[in-house]
Amino acid sequence: MIIEIIISALIVIGGIFGLVGSFGLLKLKTTMQRLHAPTKATTLGVGGLLLASMVKAYYDKSMLSSHELLILFFLFITAPVSANFMSKAYMLLRVDEDGLPDTGSDYGWAGYDLPPADTETAHSRLGDSGPSD
Amino acid sequence: MLLRRLLPHPLLSVFLAIFWLQLVNKITPGNILLGSFLAIVIPIMTSTYWPDRPLLKRPLKAFAYTGIVLWDILVANIQVALIVLFKPNREIRSKWISVPLELKEPEAITVLAATITLTPGTVSAMLSADGSALLVHCLHSDDPEAVCADIKSRYERRLKEIFG
Repeated sequence: MIIEIIISALIVIGGIFGLVGSFGLLKLKTTMQRLHAPTKATTLGVGGLLLASMVKAYYDKSMLSSHELLILFFLFITAPVSANFMSKAYMLLRVDEDGLPDTGSDYGWAGYDLPPADTETAHSRLGDSGPSD
Repeated sequence: MLLRRLLPHPLLSVFLAIFWLQLVNKITPGNILLGSFLAIVIPIMTSTYWPDRPLLKRPLKAFAYTGIVLWDILVANIQVALIVLFKPNREIRSKWISVPLELKEPEAITVLAATITLTPGTVSAMLSADGSALLVHCLHSDDPEAVCADIKSRYERRLKEIFG
């Protein structure tokens, strides 16, 4: 009985955060703001559901199922990478460098400036194959 | 020397063995044998991809770090959910924040950037070209300085202890 209430509560919590994450995608206005919503859905939303699945497996078969932990682990290491790629792609297409805060060093942000050691070679490579117009 | 060549990455080997047992979800002698085989072969095959991997100075602190991050994810999730649900769009003040980095190892910076993205409300967007600063997008903040100080004191300080 108690266990069933815990499982239901975890499913509802996971569902609510998944819903709020999706609602955020609809409601927020800029692309960078929308990027915040999916990180919420993957962390607490999926986390709650997986935790419920673990408790249920332990309750039914009294064995500790660890597949859920693996799913959570792989989500946690892949979600930031995809979010980073999306924000980078968006920034290079739509965000002007002038609107960004200063890096505090001699070099600009990685998408707009070349790294110190490669500056020369990268410039010559761009000069060779870059667009001529 | 032989041990070093056989196990170029001991922590990865332990992780892989545990991973395999978790994946098959059943602990039998055969599974343990196959898991150990994979745990030895995979690090040897991929060792060329880890040329200058940093050694973890205090690996046990990583567990404390994971606990803190999980707790922060929980708290920040609720905060961001309240912002999304109850704040009108015109009152949401999103900001770019530049976080100066003291970490030097690429692996440590990767962990920091992933932590920032996973805790809702902040997304790490870009690294400066020389790796000295991290560009973070903040969903809503009245005080960007405080967010930056929070990231540095809460996560970066601990990662510096772990990676040494």
